[in-house]
Amino acid sequence: MNRKIRLTVNGRARAVEVPTSRTLLDCLRNDLGLTGSKEGCGVGVCGACTVLLDGKMISSCIALAVSADGHEVTTVEGLAGDERLHPVQQAFIDAGGFQCGICTPGQVVAAKALLDAIPSPTDAEIREWMLGNLCRCTGYYKIIESIRAAAQRSRA
Amino acid sequence: MNAFEYAAPRTLDEALAVLGEHGDEARVIAGGTALVTMMRQRLLSPGYLVSLREISGLDRIEAANGDVGIGALVTHREVETSPLVQERIPVLADTFRRVASVRIRNMATVGGALAHADPNQDPPVTLIALGARVEIRGAGGRRELPVEEFFHDYYESALEPGEVVTGVVVPRLPAASGAAYVKFLPRTADDYATVAVAATVSLEPDGERCRAARIALGSVGVTPIRALAAEGLLVGQQLGAELLLAAGEAITGAVDPLNDHRGSAAYKKEMAAVMVGRALTQAWDAARASSRTRP
Repeated sequence: MNRKIRLTVNGRARAVEVPTSRTLLDCLRNDLGLTGSKEGCGVGVCGACTVLLDGKMISSCIALAVSADGHEVTTVEGLAGDERLHPVQQAFIDAGGFQCGICTPGQVVAAKALLDAIPSPTDAEIREWMLGNLCRCTGYYKIIESIRAAAQRSRA
Repeated sequence: MNAFEYAAPRTLDEALAVLGEHGDEARVIAGGTALVTMMRQRLLSPGYLVSLREISGLDRIEAANGDVGIGALVTHREVETSPLVQERIPVLADTFRRVASVRIRNMATVGGALAHADPNQDPPVTLIALGARVEIRGAGGRRELPVEEFFHDYYESALEPGEVVTGVVVPRLPAASGAAYVKFLPRTADDYATVAVAATVSLEPDGERCRAARIALGSVGVTPIRALAAEGLLVGQQLGAELLLAAGEAITGAVDPLNDHRGSAAYKKEMAAVMVGRALTQAWDAARASSRTRP
C-alpha cells in the first residue's frame, strides 16, 4: 500500500514513495531528512510539528503524507535564505524566545505564518494565534517578545 | 496506524462509486483532524480511505435566496474569516473561531465536523440553533436533513453507508433577532467545551417579547441537544430573572452529561442551566438592538 507522491518542500521538488499510512511529519523527518519539525503530542494539540501547507500552518503529525501530494510544504529548514536567518528566527535568538528548544521549530513556523497573515499583530492577536503552540519550559513571555520584535524588524 | 488503500478521486460521483464498492471498510477523509487522530490511537482501522480533498466545488461559501450555503470542504478558519459569514451570520463566525487552534481550524472542515458526530464539537450546536440543514449525497441521490436530526448517538449520524456530507445550508434569521454562542472552558482555550450553548431569539414588533427561540447544547449528552421544552417557556415572555430560572430548570431535565475530566455530570448539569441563561441574555440583547435599528 505504497504510493508515489510529489511535494514541493522548501521550494524544492521532491518525489518519494511512502506507505499510505505515513504522516506528513514522518515523511518529512524520515524520508526527506528534515528533522526540524518534532513530534510532541501526536494528536494535533502541542504544535511542535507545525509546518505550512500551501502557506497555511497545519499539524503535520495528523496529516497524511499522501494528502499533501501535489502541494507545497514549508518547514523550519526552509525559512532561512542565503546564510541569513528569517527575521522570526533572528528575533527568537535576540529576545531569548527559546529554552530547551524542542517546541521552537513549531513556534517559529507558527510565528512566520502569523506575520504573513497579520504583519503588525497586537499582543492579543499574537496570543490567540500562538495558543496552539505549547512550551513546557513555559517561556511564553519571551516568545511573545520575540514575535513582537520580529514584526518590528520586518516593518523597518 | 494500520495499512490502508487510499483514493483521492476528482469528482463526487467517482468518490461515491468507490465508497459503494468498498462498503463498511471505507471511510471518507477530508481535513483528517478527527479521523487520523483516531486512527493513530487505533480507535479506527479502516481498510480504505476515500479523500474528498481533490473534488472541486465543495469548498465554496455562497449566498443563495437569503440562505448561506457552505461546502463540506470549507475549513473552519475559512468560515471564521469569511466576510459573507461575518456579515450575515456573525454568531457562526464566532462559533468556528472557538474551535481548537488556528492550526487545527486550517485543517478541519465543515463537513467533517458534522460527519464525525462528536457531541463535544462547537459548530453543530450553533448550526442547530440557527435551524441549518445538512446536505447529503449518496448513490441514490441527494437529501437534506435538519442538523438536529443528523446526530443519532456518540460518533453516529444519519449518514448511511456510501453517503457523504456535501455541505450545510444556513437560513437567515428573521428581523429583530439575535444569536449567541457561549462556551464554558475551565481548562484551556483550545479545549472542547465543558458545556456549550447556542441560542437564537426573535422578538415581537414590541421589541421585548419573544416570538420564537431556539436553544441547543453541546457536551451534555451523546449528541448535541436541542432544548425544546425550554424554548417553549420563552414564547410570549419578556426577558427576566424568573424566566431564566424556569428555562434553566427545564434544561437540567433535558441534558444527560457524562462524568469526565472536564467536570462531573452533576456540575455540568448545573453549568448547563447557567450557560443557557447567559446565552439567552446575550441573544435577547442582540435581538433588542436589532429591533431598534430596523424601521
